[in-house]
Amino acid sequence: MTASQVVSTVVEWMPFILRGFGLNILMSVLAILIGTALGIFLGLGQLSRLRLVGAPSRLATQLFRNAPWLVLLFYCIFLMPYQVNIGGMTIVLPSWLRATIGFSFPVAANFSEIVRGAVNSVPHGQWEAAEALGYSRRATLFRIVLPQCISRMIPPWMNLYALLLTATPLSMIVGVEEALGRTQAAVQAQANAAMLLPMYLALLALFFFYTWPINRLSRALEGRFGTK
Amino acid sequence: MSVSPSSAPLIALRGVRKSFGHLEVLRGIDMDIRKGEVVAIIGPSGSGKSTILRTINGLTPINEGSIRVGDIEVGDPKLDKVKLRHRVGMVFQQYNLFPHRTVLQNVAMAPIQVLKEPREQVEERARRLLAEMRLPDKADAYPGELSGGQQQRVAIARALCMEPEVILFDEVTAALDPEMVKEVLSAVRKVAEDGVTCILVTHEMGFAREAADHIYFTDRGVIVEHAPPQTFFTEASDPRTKEFLSKVL
Ligand SMILES: Nc1ncnc2c1ncn2[C@@H]1O[C@H](COP(=O)(O)OP(=O)(O)OP(=O)(O)O)[C@@H](O)[C@H]1O
Ligand SMILES: [Mg+2]
Repeated sequence: MTASQVVSTVVEWMPFILRGFGLNILMSVLAILIGTALGIFLGLGQLSRLRLVGAPSRLATQLFRNAPWLVLLFYCIFLMPYQVNIGGMTIVLPSWLRATIGFSFPVAANFSEIVRGAVNSVPHGQWEAAEALGYSRRATLFRIVLPQCISRMIPPWMNLYALLLTATPLSMIVGVEEALGRTQAAVQAQANAAMLLPMYLALLALFFFYTWPINRLSRALEGRFGTK
Repeated sequence: MSVSPSSAPLIALRGVRKSFGHLEVLRGIDMDIRKGEVVAIIGPSGSGKSTILRTINGLTPINEGSIRVGDIEVGDPKLDKVKLRHRVGMVFQQYNLFPHRTVLQNVAMAPIQVLKEPREQVEERARRLLAEMRLPDKADAYPGELSGGQQQRVAIARALCMEPEVILFDEVTAALDPEMVKEVLSAVRKVAEDGVTCILVTHEMGFAREAADHIYFTDRGVIVEHAPPQTFFTEASDPRTKEFLSKVL
């Protein structure tokens, strides 16, 4: 096989793989949205002085942060129903959607820690000054502390997203037809060992060129916010 | 400020005790401070000076005793915190300005957001206070762009903008370079001259001597003695006071 044959074969299969990659992106975008929303609640929950809120938030955060992503994925895939009935309507939950929800848990837990860390990085004097001016704890959090540290949460949040995207091929194991699964299928369909490396290399490049700019941007922002 | 000694005290502490864990930091503090008075609290490090200030505006809850500010009972579990903080302002050693807000916003935000006063009115007052603190052209600057002395004067303006009756100053010059100490002390003096009751913890003995009406000396959680400055600095009787004064004067 000549080099140009290899390249043309890869190019030929690319649309097939790219459609799978679209699913990786879709899963990652949905999971980061769900995970971020959930993570805000968990993170602020961890900071609560109410035991009934703080303890469960900390527990959930530690649990989901320290569990292997694949295990959480299995849980979601096998424990969640294939379809749900809402008022007579049957909604099918495709495996990619269940996988997305599975990814949302570790994302939420990691974001929860990002929120907690950012809030705790604000000096205690800020809380005191606000308290002395009559601000409640909640008002201090929302009006004084969070506005100061949101910029500090963005770079780690972007890193988390990149990490999430690179984890989405795990869903192949539970039958989601994403980029890795499709690449594997493509390699098998060709039944040509010489194509094995080039095909996987193309897949790597796909992931790399998607996540690399995100990581670069996050680095740049970190430098900018960090020095402030 | 001339004070008629007969008037009832604005602030009264009675048998105030406070422990952090096993460490008893305040061991029965009594104080009477009249309206318009300037009181300086001095004493060795760790003797409980900051804690006294923080109990007066309720930042630190006490274990025993009572604190009254005007008609407010500070230890009251149903205490309206906003009412107390409206009445008692505080300025910290580390300024603690809000870095994401401009100077003007720093000064005006609490009266607007907490006391719900109309914005224009508050901002006008804030600008006037900044002018009084000799910072008229810094309204739109961010705290990070100011010197320590300027930041501390903004912090004083921020406390004043709540229109409190009392301001607590906790070593407000301790973090400053020597050349900025003077500008902040004259700002404090201005506050006192305007009739605001001032309670200040300070290591500036010269300032305490000339600006204070009364001096309290604390050591290990008790008030060892208190007197007007003339008497205090010349006729201190307790050996602990004498030892402290011999070190700092
Ligand atoms: N929140 C706290 N938790 C535990 N211990 C505390 C706390 N605040 C103060 N202390 C302790 O209480 C004692 C008195 O502290 P305080 O800050 O009132 O002293 P101070 O007279 O203001 O000292 P300095 O001149 O160093 O500011 C110290 O031993 C201090 O370590
Ligand atoms: Mg102190």
